[in-house]
Amino acid sequence: MIYLDYQATTALAPEVAAAMVAAMDHYGNPNSAHRLGRIAAADVELARERIMAALGKSGGRLIFTSGATEALNIAITGAAHISSPQRRRVITLASEHHAVLDTVVALRHDGFEPVILPVDRDGLVDLDIAAAAIDERAALLAVMQVNNEIGVVQPIDALIDIARASGVTVVCDAVQGFGKLPTPNGDLVAITAHKMHGPKGVGALWLRDGIDLPQLMHGGGQEQGIRPGTLSPMLCAGFGVAAQLAGDRREMDLAHVEALWARALHLFADWEINGSMQARYHGNLNIRQPGIDAARLISDVRGVAVSLGSACASGSGKPSHVLKAIGLSDSEARSSIRMGFGRYSTMDEIEEAASLINAAAEWQKVVA
Amino acid sequence: MTARIYLDHAATTPLLPQARTAMLEGFAQWANPSSPHAAGRAARALLEDARGRIARALGWGGSVILTSGASDAIAVALGRAKAARLLAGETAHDAGLRLVPAAPRLGGGAAGQVILPDAIEAGTLFAIQQVNSETGVIQPLDSFAERIHAAGALLLADCSQSAGKLPLPQAADLIALSAHKLGGPIGIGALLVRDLTLLRPAGGQEQGYRAGTEAMPLALGFAAALEAPRDWLRDVAEWRARLEAGVKAAGGEIVAERAPRLATIGSYRMPGVSAQAQLIRFDMAGIAISAGSACSSGSLRPSHVLSAMGWGAGATSEVVRVTMGHDSRAADIDAFLAQWQAIATGTRKT
Repeated sequence: MIYLDYQATTALAPEVAAAMVAAMDHYGNPNSAHRLGRIAAADVELARERIMAALGKSGGRLIFTSGATEALNIAITGAAHISSPQRRRVITLASEHHAVLDTVVALRHDGFEPVILPVDRDGLVDLDIAAAAIDERAALLAVMQVNNEIGVVQPIDALIDIARASGVTVVCDAVQGFGKLPTPNGDLVAITAHKMHGPKGVGALWLRDGIDLPQLMHGGGQEQGIRPGTLSPMLCAGFGVAAQLAGDRREMDLAHVEALWARALHLFADWEINGSMQARYHGNLNIRQPGIDAARLISDVRGVAVSLGSACASGSGKPSHVLKAIGLSDSEARSSIRMGFGRYSTMDEIEEAASLINAAAEWQKVVA
Repeated sequence: MTARIYLDHAATTPLLPQARTAMLEGFAQWANPSSPHAAGRAARALLEDARGRIARALGWGGSVILTSGASDAIAVALGRAKAARLLAGETAHDAGLRLVPAAPRLGGGAAGQVILPDAIEAGTLFAIQQVNSETGVIQPLDSFAERIHAAGALLLADCSQSAGKLPLPQAADLIALSAHKLGGPIGIGALLVRDLTLLRPAGGQEQGYRAGTEAMPLALGFAAALEAPRDWLRDVAEWRARLEAGVKAAGGEIVAERAPRLATIGSYRMPGVSAQAQLIRFDMAGIAISAGSACSSGSLRPSHVLSAMGWGAGATSEVVRVTMGHDSRAADIDAFLAQWQAIATGTRKT
């Protein structure tokens, strides 16, 4: 199996697996006051420090969660509810992940007004449109650094500047960019372990100093009252090592991705690329060819794992909302495939995958 | 330093070897279970197999929604249940108690038993622990469920402490579980749902009831832990009888002594010695116990469970919790009793 679906999830790094196996024996509850509890708590706190370091943060707080979906729910719903009553608009982009879009839209039930900004053909928000929408009426702006389907990188620094000028809280979905790009300077930053060779079941939310969120889930008061539930030393340790590895290997990983990207562009020269070519993370390639049935192609090319879009929406049968947002027709969206590669992808795998995918695409045209 | 003696299994219990092996297998199959490609489908198949095994091991015929733990399961239940109002058991764990806005509480008796109101309003959601995490007191949830259902109300049972040790209250509408209290990994739990139409969906994974990428290796560990043998429970019942005889002989008092209690949990008062002093002395002797549940033990506030039972603040502050699990040994009890006697005779100011 050639795995080219790095935006859906990534393989557990061997170093991460080793750290998790070691932590399996630290069975105390990190909240327990006795020595075994303190050993478990030490695993959690070491991981917290490692993740803060990989984020490049020396201030603020890091709260562990079960993943990015939970971190984003806490951040968006919490930030909306602590905003002043004059600020009722919650702003996001049409190309965001469902964890953001659905949370923003659900705030309608709490008396907020969701504002979904369009993105252009490149998948990027127009800063003039953003500046016009983001003002003193807004409670928050929720925006993704690197898009999970088309890999485009939003002008997040400029968006944050616009929001700051009007006192608007910025929630950043840094899931795809963490460990690869500099951390955006938002007020709240959501990340997850399994997109960076860590385990599934753990993520985190970084909060700027001075931001205090209400509790959404209720329980034993863990994670400074923001996120209850017993933390897993094993999952936290795995996340910590994954973050540390990403930091240590950043240059190496990026150079490797760059080489794979250059080769992939050449191998898929007959395909159109969805999303900006300039503002893009190079570990993602989302491509289309007229007349191709991408769903059929994926099932024909059995030895290669690629996808139609986000994994969570894959079962729905609906065309990707991201591809629709960049102005693709339904048929263009249905002829698009998403590829993602990274640390453990090899040049040979890219070559072989391209040859299988291109052959399958040719075959579709012949038998069409 | 002597070998560590762990008597805090109600806070969390060591991973069972079966769960450990299952998770290691899961780590090798790391694809996203929602991905449509072959790797994703293989991960999905393992996840669904684990879900089925969890249901079978628990004898549950309804749906299983996997969550990040019991707090998450309770949050899903309280946030999504089609209920008009909520009533929480006086002794329910914090996950059930700290609601927004604070829910009215059910009354409780001095022995730790929950008392249902004489008149039950239709549309009420009752949130009650099957086994109290501090005292081990068992509530008769199947008979509660009959009365609750007869009135057109719903029962959410928090079975974090009881699952895998007692039969589940099969008549409950919703049941919250946590894997790490029964030898599975921390970071996964479940909400068992008798009928999904009782809940409003929110979208995303887990049939729209709990969004977020599924942690399949943890689900495998959860299933394996539930399938592991439970022979050790018989020994524990015997050991606790010996433990409690020893505690009483040394002047200790047993919390809810005459109530039906789960064999793995016991709470004991050492008159004249604060729980905090006891914990430090036990920890120095290499014995891990707790005062109340782990999540509140860091905060050192008086246990709400004991005050609900009519215990004064003074007596409450002298109570520690001793809980056993699958790797407990008879020698652990002897070591605990020896230390209890040493603390009780050495520290008491009489």
